[in-house]
Amino acid sequence: MKFYGTTLPNPLMLGTALYPSPAIMAEAFKASKAAVATVSLRREGSGGEGQAFWQIIKDLGTLILPNTAGCHTVKEAVTTAHMAREVFDTKWIKLEVIGHTDTLQPDVFALTEAAKVLTEDGFQVFPYCTEDLIVADKLLNAGCEVLMPWGAPIGSGLGLNNEHGLRSLRAHFPDVPLVVDAGIGLPSHAARAMELGFDAILLNTAVAKAGDPATMAKAMVMAAEAGQAAYTADPMEPRDMAAPSTPVIGKAFLT
Amino acid sequence: MQITVNGTTHDLSATTLADALKELGYGDARVATALNEAFIPAPSRATTELTQGDRLEVVAPMQGG
Repeated sequence: MKFYGTTLPNPLMLGTALYPSPAIMAEAFKASKAAVATVSLRREGSGGEGQAFWQIIKDLGTLILPNTAGCHTVKEAVTTAHMAREVFDTKWIKLEVIGHTDTLQPDVFALTEAAKVLTEDGFQVFPYCTEDLIVADKLLNAGCEVLMPWGAPIGSGLGLNNEHGLRSLRAHFPDVPLVVDAGIGLPSHAARAMELGFDAILLNTAVAKAGDPATMAKAMVMAAEAGQAAYTADPMEPRDMAAPSTPVIGKAFLT
Repeated sequence: MQITVNGTTHDLSATTLADALKELGYGDARVATALNEAFIPAPSRATTELTQGDRLEVVAPMQGG
């Protein structure tokens, strides 16, 4: 599956925040070979911290996906997207319009409005959304060609809270690149998302807050790739009753 | 004139956004700007006049998820 015409070398999109140090962040990217790095924009300090960070990001050699994290209104998100396009020199924008401070769940109404404004202005929007089918449909109508539903609240590590909803989304939009964004805490969550047929996973905290971020980053990409392979291999249907795998016919009569 | 830059008041002699960025030490830094909550593209900085009390935001790449 292509993301606005780009095929990713692996299904891991990895955040750049919350690591113990920039060096450890770089190690996590190196260990996982994550395809995409998410970044943000913040006020530049007098020490030029942003310039130093930009150099580190460039050296990672990954694709860059800037976000509008922390924005709560259409205007704020659209202005931030414009600034991000200029600073990072990319049309890609991970569009976040936050609707609730505690759950950080998206305001899907404002999100759709902002997505429409930005796609009409030439942006390639990656919307952080819920798994709601109608919201998905409206985002696609607004011009989005990728959807990024949450698995669980940002930073919670709870995994996939609504697997049925995510499966339903996959079934309804078989040709749309889908990314589980947020909530993944363990490699098993990553594998599960990919087993459902998702095209990528986006995570940050699970790697950055692990005791050994580089090893966890590698575990995440291995799990995601395993899940992806499993989905393409067409898994068996589960059943309630046992079914012997060893042939019954020909068994020696020994009673 | 006095303008607010990233939430802090500054006294600047510059009258355009481009000159203000130089005076503030941003020079050729990789930053984006918003003046009074409106994005100002880099090519427009030289022709963007500042007025007393303006609110300028100067942002740069930062860690994000």
